[in-house]
Amino acid sequence: MSAASPSGRRVVVAMSGGVDSSLAAALVQAEGCETIGITLQLAGSASRCCSLADADDARRVAEKLGIRFYVTDYAERFEREVKQPFADAYLAGRTPIPCVTCNSKFKFEYLLARAQALGAQQVASGHYARIDVDPETQARRLRRARDLDKDQSYFLFELRQEQLRGVRFPLGELSKLEVREQARRLGLATAEKPESQEICFIPDGDAAAAVERMRPDSLPGEGEIVDAEGRVVGRHAGIHRFTVGQRRGLGVAAAERLYVTGLDAPRNQVRIGPLAALGARGARLERVNWIAGAPPEAPVRARVRVRHRHEGAEACVTPQPDGGALVRFDAPVIAVAPGQAAVFDAGDVVLGGGWIAESLP
Amino acid sequence: MRIYLDHNASTPVREEAADAMAAALRERFGNPSSVHAEGAAARAEVERARERLAELLACRPREVLFTAGATEANNTALGPLLRAWAGARRHLISSNAEHPSVEEPLAALEREGWRVTRLPVAPDGLLDPEALAAAIGPETALLTLLWANNETGVVQPMARLAALARERGVRVHADATQCLGKLPVDLEAVPLDALSLSAHKLGGPKGVGALVARGEADFEALLRGGPQERRRRGGTENVPGIVGLGVAAALATRELSERSREYARLRDRLWDGITAKIPRVRRNGAEAALLCNTLSVEFEGVAGELLMQALDLDGIAVSTGAACASGRVEPSHVLLAMGRSARQARASLRFSVGHGVDDPQIERVLARLPDLVARVREAGEA
Repeated sequence: MSAASPSGRRVVVAMSGGVDSSLAAALVQAEGCETIGITLQLAGSASRCCSLADADDARRVAEKLGIRFYVTDYAERFEREVKQPFADAYLAGRTPIPCVTCNSKFKFEYLLARAQALGAQQVASGHYARIDVDPETQARRLRRARDLDKDQSYFLFELRQEQLRGVRFPLGELSKLEVREQARRLGLATAEKPESQEICFIPDGDAAAAVERMRPDSLPGEGEIVDAEGRVVGRHAGIHRFTVGQRRGLGVAAAERLYVTGLDAPRNQVRIGPLAALGARGARLERVNWIAGAPPEAPVRARVRVRHRHEGAEACVTPQPDGGALVRFDAPVIAVAPGQAAVFDAGDVVLGGGWIAESLP
Repeated sequence: MRIYLDHNASTPVREEAADAMAAALRERFGNPSSVHAEGAAARAEVERARERLAELLACRPREVLFTAGATEANNTALGPLLRAWAGARRHLISSNAEHPSVEEPLAALEREGWRVTRLPVAPDGLLDPEALAAAIGPETALLTLLWANNETGVVQPMARLAALARERGVRVHADATQCLGKLPVDLEAVPLDALSLSAHKLGGPKGVGALVARGEADFEALLRGGPQERRRRGGTENVPGIVGLGVAAALATRELSERSREYARLRDRLWDGITAKIPRVRRNGAEAALLCNTLSVEFEGVAGELLMQALDLDGIAVSTGAACASGRVEPSHVLLAMGRSARQARASLRFSVGHGVDDPQIERVLARLPDLVARVREAGEA
């Protein structure tokens, strides 16, 4: 059950030009809300997602639905607050997920503020996730989508209570198949549009090349590949090309399969080892957000996801006084990469999440 | 009922013009170049429109060349007409607050090796005649200026500037698109060599305008084709559009003094209400030299684009004067040229009144605006 929005109210829908947000707009409108579509112009026009062509697709859907539509240009701010930190993270040996900031800032802070200035009570989006009310505390809860294959709650863990009160996810109870089917039935131009990339401003998926384009003057250059004992076993072309857990592109011959187990930015070193060395027993998190509004008094048991599409691992999460948390997994977890998020679930309820500062042995 | 205060972007087509156009579409379908009765009837409509426009401008009908709008007129003036006039001279003078349909041709001429002096406008939007005099040299072929600025409504002292240039042997072209029907555009009084205009800012349709070239200047066609418009513009005439322009021009001739009084009264009422009800506002442009219908206001601390959307959702159409359909919010180059910061430029909205605007509408805008400004100010930079 999503937070109700009585008919006649004004609702802004974040329309990317894809099928999901198109249907979200149609569903909000079908409830009788005065629906306003807004496309956020985030990346430059070179990018596949968020490009002007996508804004045009969103506009066509808005015209079909007969709703008002605007484009809002955030390209400059997106460059500053998402793309540049993304490149910096890679250069610092981390593996960033820009989508979290895009959601917590651009879609559900800046756009929410705009929506309120436009007299709208809520912002809806095409995310696959659910929001409901905790029957005991009356606080908003973030829940995983009914379609776990499409669930995007991992990217939404930073939402605060005041944001959750102003946000709706009309697709939370639908499967992707149902979304496409409904979009088709409504004759929306985006019904057959292919899925967008995970990172919208890297349409070809080549993050290393993107970092090289964005930071040509600060690239780390060649460095050493070392094994667990610190012996130099090879050379690499820059740590920004590697992610913890990566197996390909090491160029090191060995009897067993080798993986990236760590990245040392100050030394410009890539550390490798066998699969067994990749397992982490825990993680130290920083900047943790607890959806309920405050950290729990005592350590909590949770299923912890350390990347999008990770099924989650049983763990104990202990809040720390610095606003972070320590995670202890019941069994080692493979490829816990600094820069990614750890998101804690109790069943399908998201308790919170934080940024992985380091994995712990 | 929506309230339309964006007449500088486009005006509603006047009923009289729409009726005449519908009749022309249905009954004057002949090709004006054809010899038969149908052709002659269409041609007569085109010539009648030419006379009506010439009457509004106090020029000769033969000096009027119909185009697809002011953009084509400006491109013709800064293309073939300029080349016919320039001889060996390769210097142009303009301003730093021009419309893109002049600025882009100027930039193209620079790429070809022409020198362009862009006179800076003062903080009040006006040009300094002495700076113009100083910029003119033996190489100077043409002065081209936006007579009244579409974004701010600032009206240049065109008679004085044009006289100054012509005394020094420099031809003068003005884009008068925003002036028509709002202030006297009398080519007997203002010594221009060429003038551009558009029908859809005047109660006429989109897609038609004119270039007036004094003295039956001989120049090559920008659009090469048939011998229409005395070989200066190829292509079968847009008969219904031209008819609509003619009717709009005739209405403007008849209503000019009444319109300018009424528009100014409504505009001043709006400004008086804004200053009385909303703190931290300022007006852009020299008050003594503004188009009667235009009010450009900076609402300090406001994201102008957001306020424009909020007004739109409440049924009121205004403009930031700068945003385009892509949502890109470049600060207005006109306001930047007047020394405003990018933040100030983005905080500005343009209200432009016109036919159909009345006092109750202005009151409704004034009733809504304070709340919306406060709401948008609260959102800050959102």
